[in-house]
Amino acid sequence: MQIKIKYFGLLTEITNCQEEYVNDSLRTVKELLNLLYIKYPELKGKDFQVAQNNSIVALETKINNTEIALLPPFSGG
Amino acid sequence: MNRYSRHIILEDIGTEGQNKISKGKVLVIGAGGLGCPVLQYLVAAGVGTIGIIDYDNVEESNLQRQVLFGTSTLGKNKALAAKERLKDLNPTIKINAFPERLSITNAKEYFCEYDIIVDGTDNFETRYLINDAAVLLNKPVVYGAIYKFEGQVAVFNYKEGPTYRCLFPKPPKESSIPNCSEVGVLGILPGIIGTMQANEVLKIILDFNEVLSGKLFCFNAKTSQTSTFSISKSNYKVKELKPIESKSCNTEIKEIDIKEALQKKDSQFLDVRELNEIPKAELPNYIQIPLRQLSQSTHKLDKSKAIIVLCQTGIRSKTAIQQLQKQNFNNCFNLKGGIIATQNYLKEKI
Repeated sequence: MQIKIKYFGLLTEITNCQEEYVNDSLRTVKELLNLLYIKYPELKGKDFQVAQNNSIVALETKINNTEIALLPPFSGG
Repeated sequence: MNRYSRHIILEDIGTEGQNKISKGKVLVIGAGGLGCPVLQYLVAAGVGTIGIIDYDNVEESNLQRQVLFGTSTLGKNKALAAKERLKDLNPTIKINAFPERLSITNAKEYFCEYDIIVDGTDNFETRYLINDAAVLLNKPVVYGAIYKFEGQVAVFNYKEGPTYRCLFPKPPKESSIPNCSEVGVLGILPGIIGTMQANEVLKIILDFNEVLSGKLFCFNAKTSQTSTFSISKSNYKVKELKPIESKSCNTEIKEIDIKEALQKKDSQFLDVRELNEIPKAELPNYIQIPLRQLSQSTHKLDKSKAIIVLCQTGIRSKTAIQQLQKQNFNNCFNLKGGIIATQNYLKEKI
């Protein structure tokens, strides 16, 4: 299964990209995050929400062959 | 009125819509990068009553993006300076400037006088305070936030819709998210995000259907990409206003070097070292209050003056500034490198 992952804000500084594809048979958002934490250990200390198909979702949400976005809060004004 | 004729000829606004705008009461918190464009357009649009809260003063590094200010307003309070500029832009509306910091003690008092709250602040502590106070008083919040080249816009707590805490339930972990003064920001970005916030405010006032409620709009100025995410309502309940721990790097501490510090008018030097520490400081308008006594001794300080806080190397002085900020001393500076740096500078001078 191919999943497109989009990164926002300071997360792109950890991943060094704004988007990428992951090929894996992942069942939940949590499993995807665990995979990303191995690839990018620094992600683990960051706060962000996860969206699937442009909707914010919970960690236990099933992944359905689609687009995931990692959204950190911004404080600047 | 001729001033609003371009609004009035729009079918979706008309005289009726313009009357709604002139009855609108909007409180803008933060007259910075986001607050400036929000204020500029809402005032120009004729929103009848506008409140501005900002305790901060205009600095040269603000002028790259905070378009209501100029060289002549450097050093002035932002809320007051913004009001001066805006009065000329539209003298027919009421503008209330509050040169104060929003806090758990004054938030509800301010909010109850307005219909819509605009969040243009630069720290998480105030963002959560705004959210919680708005939820308690049932006021919509038009939210904007920026990071380097990216911005977010949303309308929270609108007609029982999702709140900021439905999106981000808790303030982030320690120093995980830096602010503009630490990482920089593209000057145009708050202009884009702020005008989008102003647009949402007008849509709420005019009761348009498609308000950005339950949605998070994201914009990237570098790629010109936009994305919108939907947010569902969580069951988080705000019961009362509680102080939010300053865990993140949210209360901004301004640094100043000794050369600038000595040139600063209306200032005093506050040394927070223990009385027996050496080297002794030889500075003008100098007072020494050890850090452990500071919170009980602030009556010795003059709130109307800039307070330049120093210690041996500039670390304890940061803690001191945090304590002072809690007591509403909003014009504090941390002396870079502490007394040690001062000694080196004075030696060089001789």
